[in-house]
Amino acid sequence: MLKYLEPMTEPPNREVHLAKVTRRGFLGTAGVFALAAYAMPADAFETYPTGATEMPHGVVDDPLVFVSIDADGTVTLVAHRSEMGTGSRTSIPMVMADEMEADWDRVRIVQAPGDEPKYGNQDTDGSRSMRHHIQAARKIGGSVRTMLARAAAAEWGVDPAEVTVEMHEIRGPAGQTAGFGDFAEAAMAQPVPAHDEIAYKTEDQFRYIGKGEVQITDLHDITTGAAVYGADVVLDGMKFAVVARPPVVGGRATSHDATETLAVPGVESVHELPYGGLAMKFAPLGGIAVVASNTWAAIEGRRKLKVEWAAGEHGSYTSGPYMDEMIATSEAPGMPARDQGDVDSAFANAAKRVVRTYTQAHIAHIPMEPPAAIASYTPQGLEIWAPVQSPYTARTDTAAALDLDPEKVRVNVTLLGGGFGRKSKGDFVTEAALLSREVGAPVRVQWTREDDVKHSFYHTISAERIEAAINADGRVTGWLHRSVAPSILSTFAPDNGTPMPLEQGMGLTDVPFDIANIRCESGKAFAHTRIGWFRAVSNLPHAWAIGSFVGDLAQELGKDQKQMWLDLIGAPRTLDPKAAGLPDDFWNYGEPMAEFPIETGRLAHVLNVAADGIGYGKDLPEGEGIGLAVHRSFVSYVACAAHVKIVDGRITVPQMHMAIDCGFCANPERVKSQMEGAAVMGMTNALHSGITFENGAVVESNFHDYDVVRSDNYPDVVTHIVPHPFEVHATGVGEPGAPPVAPAIANGLFVATGERRRALPMGTQA
Amino acid sequence: MTKITLNGTERAFDQDPAMPLLWAIRDLAGLNGTKYGCGVGLCGACTVHVDGKAERSCMLTLGDVEGASVTTIEGLDPDGNHPVQIAWRDLNVPQCGFCQTGQIMQAASLLTENPKPSDEEILTSMAGNVCRCGCYQRIVNAVRLASTGS
Repeated sequence: MLKYLEPMTEPPNREVHLAKVTRRGFLGTAGVFALAAYAMPADAFETYPTGATEMPHGVVDDPLVFVSIDADGTVTLVAHRSEMGTGSRTSIPMVMADEMEADWDRVRIVQAPGDEPKYGNQDTDGSRSMRHHIQAARKIGGSVRTMLARAAAAEWGVDPAEVTVEMHEIRGPAGQTAGFGDFAEAAMAQPVPAHDEIAYKTEDQFRYIGKGEVQITDLHDITTGAAVYGADVVLDGMKFAVVARPPVVGGRATSHDATETLAVPGVESVHELPYGGLAMKFAPLGGIAVVASNTWAAIEGRRKLKVEWAAGEHGSYTSGPYMDEMIATSEAPGMPARDQGDVDSAFANAAKRVVRTYTQAHIAHIPMEPPAAIASYTPQGLEIWAPVQSPYTARTDTAAALDLDPEKVRVNVTLLGGGFGRKSKGDFVTEAALLSREVGAPVRVQWTREDDVKHSFYHTISAERIEAAINADGRVTGWLHRSVAPSILSTFAPDNGTPMPLEQGMGLTDVPFDIANIRCESGKAFAHTRIGWFRAVSNLPHAWAIGSFVGDLAQELGKDQKQMWLDLIGAPRTLDPKAAGLPDDFWNYGEPMAEFPIETGRLAHVLNVAADGIGYGKDLPEGEGIGLAVHRSFVSYVACAAHVKIVDGRITVPQMHMAIDCGFCANPERVKSQMEGAAVMGMTNALHSGITFENGAVVESNFHDYDVVRSDNYPDVVTHIVPHPFEVHATGVGEPGAPPVAPAIANGLFVATGERRRALPMGTQA
Repeated sequence: MTKITLNGTERAFDQDPAMPLLWAIRDLAGLNGTKYGCGVGLCGACTVHVDGKAERSCMLTLGDVEGASVTTIEGLDPDGNHPVQIAWRDLNVPQCGFCQTGQIMQAASLLTENPKPSDEEILTSMAGNVCRCGCYQRIVNAVRLASTGS
């Protein structure tokens, strides 16, 4: 049974199917049975440990939680991860269906509400969905197939080994046939088999996995406008709200005058929201909310609101001078993060030293769907509809903010119109809940684009200084990388200016170069705005700096950039964490190093594949150049080869080749789309994305001053996926495409123009 | 009272004629396939057809479209099978999907006016529609496919 409240309100046009997966759903008739037809070794699928078990609430692989079968044979699968464009809502159920031998045309997908004790971890971030759930999805599908076969065998009085299950049909040795619906109830009454009781499919038996032929489940709805996103749920009596938030994080409204606001037709009321600031996790920022009978009235009412703001302690944050301070910090020794060999003597004995500094501005995620949420509070409980990456966190945080028992809160997950990390933070959900309680009616909170740009959880701001010691033979013998960037930790706890191992492990300390002496350090930097995670997180500044520095080194040493990369990566080997001087708390994306090691051969391979794909080395006209970069992140390896071309002074990138090694690839079509998207977002990061602060407030506000790559300057992307069997563990896909793109463009720009850009965003003009 | 023909049906809106068409479509008519993305005509998520031509519904008021025929994504084709919609599905264009209805409305309008656009014309026509997921390559290919069948 569901532990939730029954839905308290039934929105009239809701298409977000709620997961009502109960045993009663398994309507069956007679009990018979059948078994997996595959004469395959029981060890066809060898399990391996992942960091999934370390995530809150771990992984659930109980088929009774995720699968129900109707009497007509329709198989309903629960998607418990949020869909924000990566395809996980399709791909994980597709894996279940394949192992189950369900006909995809007879599969229905329902979205789980936020309930981690039931479904396991639901934080859709960290490029974890397939990496952490492919084994469970196979187990769930294989379990149901086995249970169907056993149920049929019992009914038919035959050995389960003689029963076959294929494409929604169960067949016995004497020609018996049945559909899934015939044995739904009996199958689900079977004990759930242990892993080694399941005859898993071998890879050549996969119908959907690895093929890339299953289309995303929401494709038709998306193209007809029927898909339901955060602002698309309509409840009876619903009010519409926008919020005037403090321009400076931690600021407060000292007074407000809503006279003109309340005179706007449609505006119904104005409410002050509780204060929020740094180190308050995902709490709303506070401010003044305008509640109205439609969105436009709320926006108009807010426009006429007069508010006096006190800026608070971050009112002097101006990002230009702050960057200068960070660069100065990078000039002095910092806190050690990795120490291998003897860097000091490498530099003392160097024939040449090369030092460069690379910077990156803050970034706002700006998903096409700005934050929006709907809440319906009644004395019986609170029900929410929202586009959230972490529905259980939104549920528990909002319950805490309203001092409610989380059991009385239900968070339904709509489609996300993009997330990129922003929608892991449920401040907008809590706003809607607070307001619904306040006004005694369902409330939809809509963030405008200006709200989204000005009140995000920003990607950090960073200065990265790298110095190399070169010996008389032109070999790099020493590497000193100092990273300075405010930490995400400041969003959760009082700031001590120190990064987390999680941030250092994203491309700083795990630099896999074959250099004898390596030291990585972090400089202190304090946050003056809310720092959050943005697609690829700290890999962005680290890969930007390292990838650009490889280009700089190639120039200094008179080497070809590809050769420079390959020389630094060195011979294929597995990084030994101890010998590499990695700290004990080194963070390998939460994965065990033994299962997800750092393998330099895979890094070099994707670089070669991307370079070969684009025809690296070919003659190009003046004003054009190919840049290369490669980076390991989210335990995947991605290389980017970018063809940069200057057209009338404008930086264009007509083509990129992306090569990814993500271990076993369950859905190559969606991996390809992720690489195409990462190429565009990486190019936007490179050319456009710069959020700046003046006196604590964000300067930019909308696409006119915070633009993105558009269809008049997008790269045609050719994606290469390194093929692997299932034994090579599936790794991350959503994020690792982005980090190598900006340095590849910078390296290509250098070839095209002879000019090196070291600050992101680098601008649109050559 | 502002009267418009919305997806073929005459509708009267008893609202301030200064209300942007976008919010009338979404909040008053309850047609949520038209999306809010920027509110200032810079992203194209709210694209609809006004008398057959692509317009940003956030930049028009109800008063601006008095008496006009407005088509939203819900009214583009009764079965959702406009050639552009079919091409979109054939090429698996969407990622998150949020901007796609606006992209499709823009593309459909382009092909009505110019059934065989050049690549340059496609790129220019679609440049006002932002896709943060970065589906541009497939968007452009889908417009070509809808136009030429290949």
